Amino acid sequence: MSNAVSALQGATYQGFVTVTEAGLIGMISIRGDLTSKPLLKALKALGLSVPAPRQIVTSKDLTLAWMSPDELLLICDHSAAAQLVQTLSSALEKTHALVCNVSDARALFRLKGAKPDQVIMKLSPADIATLPTGEMRRTRLAQVAAAVWRSAPDEISLICFRSVATYVQGLLETSARPGSELFETAPSSS
Amino acid sequence: MLTLTCPCCGITAEETEFAPGGEAHLKRFGPDSSDADFEGYLFARKNPKGVHFERWRHAYGCGKWFMAARCTATLEVFGTYAAQTTKPPADIVKKIKAKRPEWEPQA
Repeated sequence: MSNAVSALQGATYQGFVTVTEAGLIGMISIRGDLTSKPLLKALKALGLSVPAPRQIVTSKDLTLAWMSPDELLLICDHSAAAQLVQTLSSALEKTHALVCNVSDARALFRLKGAKPDQVIMKLSPADIATLPTGEMRRTRLAQVAAAVWRSAPDEISLICFRSVATYVQGLLETSARPGSELFETAPSSS
Repeated sequence: MLTLTCPCCGITAEETEFAPGGEAHLKRFGPDSSDADFEGYLFARKNPKGVHFERWRHAYGCGKWFMAARCTATLEVFGTYAAQTTKPPADIVKKIKAKRPEWEPQA
């Protein structure tokens, strides 16, 4: 089997925040009725529960995000994804549901630094300043769809399709160019 | 610019995060209908100045369709509601009536 490589193989850029393509990350798309018992049971076995709309729940090295009324995204280690898909698929065998390993169909970026908000603010119509921790915000980044969340106090993570990873890296680099900060401190509304 | 609230995920966002889907609450006329009904279903659309019902899709967000009641003249949004309805729900009609007393819902 050929080696798995991420979209931009960990490309980084040092601007007023550090933009990094996060490398290989496991991502599993789960679609189906989010109230169905087999799903609740399967998630409980992983130490997770169905998150409330737009929320994120975590357990050890797993992160589960609410993506739409019938879709969840499970973020895990790249090497663990295949096994998790098997576990979940067999648990949901008898229900109308889909479990799909989308690790290699997506790209994940991390913005690390004092003002990661400002990089997104320039690109998205979403009100990032008021985005609470633990919320997954799906929005638009210039011309492509992206999902954004606060993964640490000084870090914003961002998922987009792999096919637009180069475009997104370009956007983030331009947006994070040194000296192009929008303002010095965080806005008082945040 | 329109600011819509998606009833499926609860996000309030501006127009460019959504994709418009045209007039809401159309009744489909299929193969066995009369030519006039079929033509009306395909082509005849309302173009009111004032209260209008539209379909929208949260294209860059949760991806779900929903309906919106808004004013075409002022861009005021009276409310958004589930796509699985065949006519405007009572609470939306009430909200419109409160702001546009002269407006009457059409059968």
